[in-house]
Amino acid sequence: MSGKRLKKRPVVIIDCPEEIPCNPCETVCSQGAIIIGQPITNLPVTDEAKCTGCGRCIPVCPGLAISLLHYDYSPSEASLTVPYEFLPLPKKGQEVFVVDEKGRYLGKGNIIRVIPPEKNNRTSLVTFSFSKKLYKKVKYFVLKRENLIDETRKYEPGKK
Amino acid sequence: MEKKANVLVIGAGPAGLCAGIETGKSGAKVIVIDENTRPGGQLFKQIHRFFGSEQHHAGVRGFEIGEMLLHKCKEAGVEMMLSSVVWGLSPEFRAGVVREGKRSMTITADKVILATGASENSLMFPGWTLPGVMGAGAAQTMMNIHRVLPGKRALMIGSGNVGLIVSYQLLQAGCEVKAVVEILPRVGGYKVHANKIARLGVDILISHTVLEVRGRERVEEAIVGRGDRNLRPIPGTERTISVDLVCLAVGLTPLSELAWLAGCKFGYFPLLGGFVPLHNRGMETTVSGMYIAGDASGIEEASTAMEEGRLAGVGALESLAFISAAEADSRRKEIEQNLLMLRKGPYGDFRHKEKEKIYSEWKKVKEKAGGYH
Repeated sequence: MSGKRLKKRPVVIIDCPEEIPCNPCETVCSQGAIIIGQPITNLPVTDEAKCTGCGRCIPVCPGLAISLLHYDYSPSEASLTVPYEFLPLPKKGQEVFVVDEKGRYLGKGNIIRVIPPEKNNRTSLVTFSFSKKLYKKVKYFVLKRENLIDETRKYEPGKK
Repeated sequence: MEKKANVLVIGAGPAGLCAGIETGKSGAKVIVIDENTRPGGQLFKQIHRFFGSEQHHAGVRGFEIGEMLLHKCKEAGVEMMLSSVVWGLSPEFRAGVVREGKRSMTITADKVILATGASENSLMFPGWTLPGVMGAGAAQTMMNIHRVLPGKRALMIGSGNVGLIVSYQLLQAGCEVKAVVEILPRVGGYKVHANKIARLGVDILISHTVLEVRGRERVEEAIVGRGDRNLRPIPGTERTISVDLVCLAVGLTPLSELAWLAGCKFGYFPLLGGFVPLHNRGMETTVSGMYIAGDASGIEEASTAMEEGRLAGVGALESLAFISAAEADSRRKEIEQNLLMLRKGPYGDFRHKEKEKIYSEWKKVKEKAGGYH
């Protein structure tokens, strides 16, 4: 993506690497900015010039694979809008931990906006901000920082 | 008691309901029978959005598709018989039924559509009978149907779509998922499903398997280890994970006992779950007038099951002269187009090929038997 476009207005990031027969993102986009065509196993292609950053494609993606990146949310921070299907919902202003695609901790962030689940058939949309430097890596946020397999220990044969 | 129907559909999952709708709306007297107290098969525990195109309810959640299908069944005048087990099926299409575990009855039908689905595979290892070891589908039923959390810390065995989706739903229900282990050196299911849990910190351990589950009265810990290229555990790689739930998502097997009973010929198609009743493009088995659809005809997914159910319905309607051959052909053409689309891409191509093999095996058996009856 060109740096110029990134700075202009929010843009969708589609993380859809496999040819699955699926196209609701294309159907929902009123700008024709997401192109799949026929067959519908084609990977989606984003026309960044056409994308207005409205975010309507985010909640319709069954793979929860679409997010919206706003690089110039503030002079020092970028923001990301992601689909969120957990309770409790985070609150505006709440501090969260931003993570990469593998759930690895990158830094702290803040919740900017929460669109409640009833607006988009039970999928909430959450927007959070974080340091601009992290914009290429940040994929999601978590409320608690935990290493999920920290309880692992060496196997001792015969021990019951 | 004795009942009669034009079409008896056995199984009220996505395939059976669509078969019922297709035949009912064209005027056939249809009974859809299911052993469960509620129709819908696995649809009502699918709380996630489905993939697909607009006409395949893309982006709609599984249970909502279930509700839509039930509504359409009602409109089509389909008779639904629930809590009813079909225990036998004769080649003359007389089905022995036990209702609510008490009353016995028979249903005689002109045509039978088997939409009996599949059962979860198990995996045996020391400790596999401990309470807390269960099928991923069972955990899903506990959570999403009965609203009971099956455990607080889970280990998922298998990274196919079932394993990945149920892991995500366990997280949604408030259960920690400690890890997903996968014996193969790659994730089995869709990458987007894997990404959903990976970014939340769930480790997907490829080339790993469960070696043992321990606990006094129930699961307390699981031992996992790395496997070599021949899928044998490598000594010294074992580690213990503290869990109270071990879910098995290691594939499905078609439920086809009734097809055996009725004398259908089978073929072995391991990529589609094992022994599958041979059938033609129109879903008719080697027993004329007996159709099969959905996972019972080879493991796929709900969207293809719905299309296959419709296909079977069209075949039954045509042979009962409820619709003309031309009408049947035009309906079939549309459905086959949909199926072709659903069986594309890295997760669809092999299913398309396997299905083609089944059709040609069916043809061979029929030719041997002396033509098409």
